[in-house]
Amino acid sequence: MRSIAKTLACAVLCVGGMSAPSEAADIRLHYLRQEVEQPPTLSNLEPVPTDEGRAGAELALEDNATTGTFMGQTWTLQSTHVAVDGDFTAAVREALKTTDLLVLDAPVDDVLAAADLPEAQDALLFNTAAPERALRDEACRANVLHTLPSRAMLTDALMQFFVARRWTAIVMIEGTKPGDLALGESYRDSAAKFGQSVRRTQSWEDSGDLRRNASQEVPIFTQGLGKYDVLVVADELNDFARYIPYNTWMPRPVAGSEGLRPSAWSPVVEQWGAAQLQSRFEDAAGRQMRDRDYAAWAAVRAVGEAVTRTGASSAPELRAYMLGDSFELAGFKGRPLTFRPWNGQLRQTIPLTHRGSVVANAPIEGFLHPKTELDTLGLDAPESRCTAFGK
Amino acid sequence: MKYTPLLAALLLAQPVKADEIWVTNEKDNTVSVIDVDTQEVTHTYETGERPRGIIFSHDYSVVYICASDSDSVQVMDPDTGEILHDLPSGEDPEQFALHPDDRHLYIANEDDAITTVVDTQTRTVVAQINVGIEPEGMAVSPDGAIAITTSETTNMAHWIDTETQELFANTLVDSRPRHAEFVKDGSELWVSSEIGGTISVFDVATQAEKAKLEFKIKGVHPDKVQPVGFELTADDTHAFVALGPANHLAVVNAETYEVEDYILVGRRVWHMAFNADKSLLFTTNGVSGDVTVVDVADRKAVKTIKVGRFPWGAAFRPTE
Repeated sequence: MRSIAKTLACAVLCVGGMSAPSEAADIRLHYLRQEVEQPPTLSNLEPVPTDEGRAGAELALEDNATTGTFMGQTWTLQSTHVAVDGDFTAAVREALKTTDLLVLDAPVDDVLAAADLPEAQDALLFNTAAPERALRDEACRANVLHTLPSRAMLTDALMQFFVARRWTAIVMIEGTKPGDLALGESYRDSAAKFGQSVRRTQSWEDSGDLRRNASQEVPIFTQGLGKYDVLVVADELNDFARYIPYNTWMPRPVAGSEGLRPSAWSPVVEQWGAAQLQSRFEDAAGRQMRDRDYAAWAAVRAVGEAVTRTGASSAPELRAYMLGDSFELAGFKGRPLTFRPWNGQLRQTIPLTHRGSVVANAPIEGFLHPKTELDTLGLDAPESRCTAFGK
Repeated sequence: MKYTPLLAALLLAQPVKADEIWVTNEKDNTVSVIDVDTQEVTHTYETGERPRGIIFSHDYSVVYICASDSDSVQVMDPDTGEILHDLPSGEDPEQFALHPDDRHLYIANEDDAITTVVDTQTRTVVAQINVGIEPEGMAVSPDGAIAITTSETTNMAHWIDTETQELFANTLVDSRPRHAEFVKDGSELWVSSEIGGTISVFDVATQAEKAKLEFKIKGVHPDKVQPVGFELTADDTHAFVALGPANHLAVVNAETYEVEDYILVGRRVWHMAFNADKSLLFTTNGVSGDVTVVDVADRKAVKTIKVGRFPWGAAFRPTE
């Protein structure tokens, strides 16, 4: 049925009657992923899919291609996975020979190295996997847009919820990996931003197999946290966080990496037409959509939207349109998504979810902003030290 | 007092009939029937899963209901609430439009990027037309020559020649188009864009955009002003537009395309239907689970009627 559908769609072109810009004929994108060594986690319940991110880009390409059949556009997406000890920069250089539109799933240093290549200066790179603040701050690059929310956007979202609920006695358990420490730091910054503080933080030193003895270890460990309203767990890979709920000394909610989680996307998001995106993704990928899938989907769809609205296909033209006032992406998040013109971050709502449903959608009502409430999440223009985007 | 058999027979034979508004409850798998005079729910009938679009045949003898998650269009006897049969609809039918011939349904298949044309008499699929991703809004011109499908992710209105069942034009609209209507005797096509926050007005003869309606409510961020369903008043002078999570209707002057008023209704207002003389308007409010009754002349909400969970579509049925 699908393939028949495609053939028929082509026939549509012959009928004509196109009244939209249709000069852009052939748009190529390249998705590049740098594989990284994943440290072992205690639970085997949720293996990281090998096509994480790429599957989102592929779905968006299909979305763009369908629109393309009515606009006289053809869309292609190449993908390259670079092995753990491979040369990511060389792969980027190679990709830039055939396209100036790249979707990157790579650690922050690789993103920066790619962005600084001489041949990448007029290209447009999408960061879909690095949550670091610096990339949106002093280390920002004019040719990199970010469709993954920054860590700060996620931690701000959760903190807004705490403030709205008056859960002001906040304590934290922090892992020891660099990502955990960065996440913990981000929670402390977010608390300060909204006039709160993390009252006490305990470091989780890896100790034994929690699948067997969480019920004995966690109550004793959390006894030291004293009295509190909510316990935040900063454990980026969800190594131990999943064993914390219901095992704490105090009967209090758990949030952060487990319990109430802020994220770019979650399988329980179904409002705002999201159910359709979820089911299209599951049909195509055979699994549920994750944060990086969403970020890659948004990147490729943003290009699709810009090409369709402008009829342009070169990276500088598309970039200018995306950072302008007319651009908006329907991202199934309840509001039009736009890019922050001062650092290239995609503005977006952040769902706060548990494994069964959406609890809230940040920005939380009541957090006001003179321009858009979405800018109460993450780095706002006055605090950003990014200068690459000009004034 | 005892009913005599004769009196009972009379009561059965001549039930007190009033005009009705039918509302589909997306998350309850039911339709609620509202008596226009008493403004109360008189019947609740079971439907297939996730009922959304609802439309009556021209003589009101049957009502068609899109049961989206049952992948069918159900045909119901509106006198009894009995499902008479299902029509083959393609997957995930969301909205549809009945051709002026009273026979062909044009159905948007949201999950399949297809518009399905079904003959309600032979109960067969006459044509399937490839359209953009997530088709939703459907309309057929009053002369029956043109059918429109809008696609939410492709952001287009697709123009279908009903003679050949082929596309003859595709026009871009703002993000996430949800609803389409031919107005002013079919000379204009209006398409609402939920995320774009606009209604595009097309000249049907040339398929060219001739105006764009925009909305601005004091105290509500523009991002939350999301137009979905709309209807025009009796003389086509004004349009009432549901603004979704802005929880308001806009009253638009259909000649100048300027907004004249905003009316506060229930939460996440989706669609609407007028009563017979178009003096009252009934809106479905998805999140608050109710229907707001609006006095059209006064431009005021006059009553709220509790219905099922997530009311979505609405249709009018007159007294026989």
